[in-house]
Amino acid sequence: MTFSSFAAQLLAIVVAVLGAPLLTGWVNQCRAWLQNRSAPPLLLPYRTLHKLFNKESIVADHATPLFRISPYIVFAALVLACGIIPSLSTDLLLAPAADAIALVGLFALARVFMSLAAMDIGTAFGTLGARREMLVGFLAEPALLMVLFNAALMTQATSLASIVETIANQEFAIYPSLAVAGVAFTMVSLAENARVPVDNPTTHLELTMIHEAMILEYSGRHLALMEWAASLKLFAYSCIGIAIFFPWGISEIDEPVGMLLALPVLVAKLALGGALLALIETLSAKMRIFRVPEFLAGAFLLAVIGMLVHFLLGA
Amino acid sequence: MPGLVTQLINLFAVMLLLLSFALLSQRRVLSLIHLFTLQGATLVMSTTAMAFFTGQPHLYYSAALTFVLKVVMIPWLLHRLIVRLNVRWDIEMLINIPTTMLLGIVLVIFAFNLALPISQLSVSVARGTLGIALACVLLSFLMMITRTKAIPQVIGFLAMENALFFAATSATYGMPMVVELGIALDVLVGMLILGVFFFQIREQFDSLDLKHLEKLKEGE
Repeated sequence: MTFSSFAAQLLAIVVAVLGAPLLTGWVNQCRAWLQNRSAPPLLLPYRTLHKLFNKESIVADHATPLFRISPYIVFAALVLACGIIPSLSTDLLLAPAADAIALVGLFALARVFMSLAAMDIGTAFGTLGARREMLVGFLAEPALLMVLFNAALMTQATSLASIVETIANQEFAIYPSLAVAGVAFTMVSLAENARVPVDNPTTHLELTMIHEAMILEYSGRHLALMEWAASLKLFAYSCIGIAIFFPWGISEIDEPVGMLLALPVLVAKLALGGALLALIETLSAKMRIFRVPEFLAGAFLLAVIGMLVHFLLGA
Repeated sequence: MPGLVTQLINLFAVMLLLLSFALLSQRRVLSLIHLFTLQGATLVMSTTAMAFFTGQPHLYYSAALTFVLKVVMIPWLLHRLIVRLNVRWDIEMLINIPTTMLLGIVLVIFAFNLALPISQLSVSVARGTLGIALACVLLSFLMMITRTKAIPQVIGFLAMENALFFAATSATYGMPMVVELGIALDVLVGMLILGVFFFQIREQFDSLDLKHLEKLKEGE
């Protein structure tokens, strides 16, 4: 354990935790601009979090301890996930401990606890949301794994840090397999982050909700943690996308000074990615829930084609 | 790492493969036509890239021919047809889409395996893409099999022709000009005849469903 890797790890987590609501605010703002609405302020998510933390948490009488503890577990799992992803530097303290597969496991842990908590209260909408979330989750997870395996196959390693180092250091070339995996990854992250073609994050219609239906019963600081966790998840997925497909600018082991440069680069990439996400959300219509399996089967198929193409073309 | 030419052609090949899958999974007739146009445009780009890097002038002609025929003429004809037949939003499928896609993956694996020894005989810069071209042909076959309506079947047929054309350019730097012109004319005339044929089918059976053609006698 060196001091630089400790500092890098700390900085990565702090940037993720503090920056995630900003990314959510930016996406909302872009979306409002594109849809000709007056945009909410960029810092609105922080104000919402502040408001929620100051409010009293109301918990149902028959709620078990699981319901109370779930927001903390979900939040912690996603903070840890953000810590594993090399967003600023590949020289992370936690990097040797967990690879891409463990990362998918962390996302799964958060999802399971969120669904269990939603079912715990026993309301109809919570259960409905949890079941839908599991439907989306069990289809999205293999597709995400396949995307990560695409990158792993190319670089002969499942550790995200070494994937980033290998891709960033080799000479620039067009990799059809990575391009296909990129499309698949976009589809998976839309589904996982409850974004428009699959779920609408701003909906008020209970019947169409997925993610919102699960957190309907939460209030006060519990709700704040859940909302924050959702922002963190969006941040984590954006960083995975950047790390695998556009890793240039992430600093490496031998250059601790590179972190100073890596932060503005990351902010620029995230701003661009957020604007693209808003564009996708504006251009597409929400699909019926029974079309979601088709959508995610498509993502899985793309990832598999990426691997096949890698074997055929060797690139 | 292979040169830039091969990388570019490989990318176009993968785009063609993805578009074949998109055609296979698309329900709406109008979107099918858009995807087919896009496939034609990809084919034009790959042929132009091939012509530019290999310095074969006749590939430019065939790229221009493809553009006129498959990006402008045939999509325009198809658009006119679906407006006049009023089938813009027709939705139909014989097998459900996830099953079709899984069948598609099996076909892709089969085609890649089949093409691997063949492509080693070729000397073209883009010989690796032969497997992809073969996969596109098989996927178009699958599309023709799984569709019941006339127009999607015809689009499947045209997509197959696209894939064959791509196979020819990537494996052997294109066919002789006479052959290409002949095929282009065939496709165009076939398209026109099929257009007339659609109206006949609909007049006879009041629908474009080709199931009706399987009956031998009129009126049961």
